[in-house]
Amino acid sequence: MRTTISTEKLVRQFNGLTAVDEVDLEIEQGEIYGFLGPNGAGKSTTVRVLCTLLAPTSGRAVVAGHDVATNPGQVRLSIGVALQEAALDPKQSGEELLRLQGRLYGLSKDEIDQRLADLAQLVDIGDALGRPISTYSGGMKRRLDLAAALVHNPRVLFLDEPTTGLDPVSRARVWEEVRRLNQELDMTIFLTTQYLEEADELADRVGIINEGKLVAEGTPFELKRRIGNDVIFARLEGDAAGACPMVEAVAGVAGVEARGNEMVITAAEGTAVIGPVAVALNGCGVPVRDLTLRTPTLDDVFLELTGSHIQTSDEAIEAELAEMTDATESDNDSSEVRS
Amino acid sequence: MTAIETTVTAPATPSAIRARPAGFAHDVASIAGRALRAVPRDVEAVIPPIFIALFFFVVNVGTLSDLTENNIPGFDFTAFQMPTAILLGVTGVSRAYALVLDVQDGYFDRLLLTPIRRLAILLGHLCADVTVACALTIPILIMGFILGVRFESGPLGVVAFIVLSGLWSLAFAGFGYAIALKTGNPAAVNSSFLLFFPFLFLTSSYVPREELSGWLDTVASINPVTYLLEGLRSLVIDGWNWADLGQALVAVAIVGALSMWLCFAALRGRIKRG
Repeated sequence: MRTTISTEKLVRQFNGLTAVDEVDLEIEQGEIYGFLGPNGAGKSTTVRVLCTLLAPTSGRAVVAGHDVATNPGQVRLSIGVALQEAALDPKQSGEELLRLQGRLYGLSKDEIDQRLADLAQLVDIGDALGRPISTYSGGMKRRLDLAAALVHNPRVLFLDEPTTGLDPVSRARVWEEVRRLNQELDMTIFLTTQYLEEADELADRVGIINEGKLVAEGTPFELKRRIGNDVIFARLEGDAAGACPMVEAVAGVAGVEARGNEMVITAAEGTAVIGPVAVALNGCGVPVRDLTLRTPTLDDVFLELTGSHIQTSDEAIEAELAEMTDATESDNDSSEVRS
Repeated sequence: MTAIETTVTAPATPSAIRARPAGFAHDVASIAGRALRAVPRDVEAVIPPIFIALFFFVVNVGTLSDLTENNIPGFDFTAFQMPTAILLGVTGVSRAYALVLDVQDGYFDRLLLTPIRRLAILLGHLCADVTVACALTIPILIMGFILGVRFESGPLGVVAFIVLSGLWSLAFAGFGYAIALKTGNPAAVNSSFLLFFPFLFLTSSYVPREELSGWLDTVASINPVTYLLEGLRSLVIDGWNWADLGQALVAVAIVGALSMWLCFAALRGRIKRG
């Protein structure tokens, strides 16, 4: 196997703030590499460095055999990129955009015609290809953006959160296309995501990044094995920390971690332990809201490595809305009291 | 059957088509072509300058020609005024605001991700701007001919007049691109229009330079547009006056060198910031 993307102690800083902190990567040709992390972890900055949009502050990055800092032109010829936000010109039609893209990659008119025919079903927007992009839906824009990244048959494809904001059906279509490009064209795919199931579903290997540092790397299976066999997740009515000693004492429990009103219990045989755990929690006098037995997820891995859950941008928006709603209700309550 | 199951995927054709450098001239032509295709979709960007130029040309000739021609023997105010009208029409015509929108929409990044030379992005836009500016001089020239203006330098003089106007438009456009690339802010680009006033009005736009006095004469003597106007007027009124034309070209070159230095520095800064 040949290494297609590699970095050595890659650092990128912005005004003294370190966004990417000594990241080392080795990605083989034909691999789908999932780069997982919460908002602001450094995923997009890493992609922008690897795609030559940003120069590294220090360290080295090589893509498709070319150094991104010293030979960016050759890197650009080898890569296709779909950035986090679809990078389109709303006033051009889809066809104009793809044709211009082809010309900038040095393709002849016949070659562009052929590539447009090849990509027609991927773009899958029928007659709309001749309409201004400003009239497209979010899903259509995403697909067109992906087609623009593929016009020149790149060896390496960077997808920066390709499904953020997409509905489940569109998301499944993108996953299907990513798998197909990888399997049938042996394309190396570097995929950043904040969705755990996306990394789990698509990636051959996953790198977890937090606060700019690569904190773990491996296949999804290997990463989940770090946790143990089973996970019991308990959500309590009160503080979970006080109940820990009772749960730790249960036979078969491998580990207990409390965070606020949540408790994560790991065990080799979850089915055998969940009953005694429920009894132990009941004995603590803290009412149990939920008790769930499941196999470990990448979120559990992330929790163990960083002490916090991954919060996607969707969840961040939901949390913000909930806070705003609470604040409004609280204001209303105060007003009622005052009146 | 669900929507997912009915999805048809593109045929996998491991095509031999591979990316290669397109060449600098090809890159510039591709970007210029895109910018020119966008002009009919943005007519609001070209209609106002041409309307303003034609409006002031007709109004100024109507109101001031008798006054000036009666006071200055042998003076043809319409011929004198046409270069001012042309500069009103072409100064500030650029796709700089479109470049700002490219930055905001992320399309500028899409361009930077291709193997295109960075310089070609800017030069492509500037080539399109010169083409548009030259086209905008046509209706004003036609209006001038209707009002009785004749070129002493003949048909080649008309061509030289259009080219000089286009070069000036290019030189001034550089300021807009510099602001666009530096700020990424459409409002800031629109405010570059303010530069237009000192350039175009603190000069001999309405009366010959000999008639200016005091501070305005001093300012006009250091304003490059004064020399540009004199060069353009020489083509209309005098014929081929090489001294005036040379001064006009030097004036355009000085403004152009400054604005291009600013805009290429802004481009380098934008690329560095990523």
